Amino acid sequence: MWNYEKRLQFPVNIKEPNAKLAQVIISQYGGPDGEMGASMRYLSQRYSIPYREVAGVLTDIGTEELAHLEMVATIVHQLTRNLSMEEIERSGLANYYVDHTVGVWPQAAGGVPFNACEFQVKGDIITDLHEDMAAEQKARSTYDNILRLIKDPDVCEPIKFLRAREIVHYQRFGEALRMTQDRLNAKNFYAFNPGFDMNEKC
Amino acid sequence: MNQKQRLLKDIGIVSFIIVELTLFLDTHPEDCKALEYYRHYNNIKQQLMKEFSQKYYPLTLDYVDCDKEWTWGMAPNPWEGVC
Repeated sequence: MWNYEKRLQFPVNIKEPNAKLAQVIISQYGGPDGEMGASMRYLSQRYSIPYREVAGVLTDIGTEELAHLEMVATIVHQLTRNLSMEEIERSGLANYYVDHTVGVWPQAAGGVPFNACEFQVKGDIITDLHEDMAAEQKARSTYDNILRLIKDPDVCEPIKFLRAREIVHYQRFGEALRMTQDRLNAKNFYAFNPGFDMNEKC
Repeated sequence: MNQKQRLLKDIGIVSFIIVELTLFLDTHPEDCKALEYYRHYNNIKQQLMKEFSQKYYPLTLDYVDCDKEWTWGMAPNPWEGVC
């Protein structure tokens, strides 16, 4: 169950459209390390997590990723508002425009559509938490790459906010991994899968 | 920045504090100081949300006042931005 708040997690008010930048930033909507993959990854992994506190971390970070997804979509939307046909052609947006006009559709910067293979649900808490930590770092690198391409402070500020959140999430996932390992055999964390091999204990 | 934008900005700030505290408490559930902060900022958020909804439009369905008309659908969408 979710509730919606009619506001962004961080304000986005872009005055100058920039179709070139939109084509790059859309990768954080539907690209390999984007917010759609992030939210679906954490919210899908929860069900095979045997520890309530760790599942709680996945729920809350997954929920925050949905707010980030909305922020990225807002940035793309505002960067592609009020474009002339000439700007669409000059910026290279024509290929996207022919299929989606200036609607926001989940794809990578290179045009590859979003698909569930951008993330994994392994059903093994240690494996999944390692993927989650890696995912946060990959998203952070993507935001760093985007920041090198931006000059407009209206776009820079929300992207900087999103980048900082990746670092906080990485920290929280690291703590969730430590909480998990504290419950396992310190001599062999991999002796069994606590979400699968101990089902009779539920 | 007008009064409405100021209030929305304050709601954004206090809500962000709550998001941060939520994630922190998820992995530090017995941290007394964080629990105290959570109580404090959650109270402020509820007050500000109520004030904003009474003056402008409801930010969540919990704050919809359906005395005269359905204000939820009429409220601006967050991606519209202010220009």
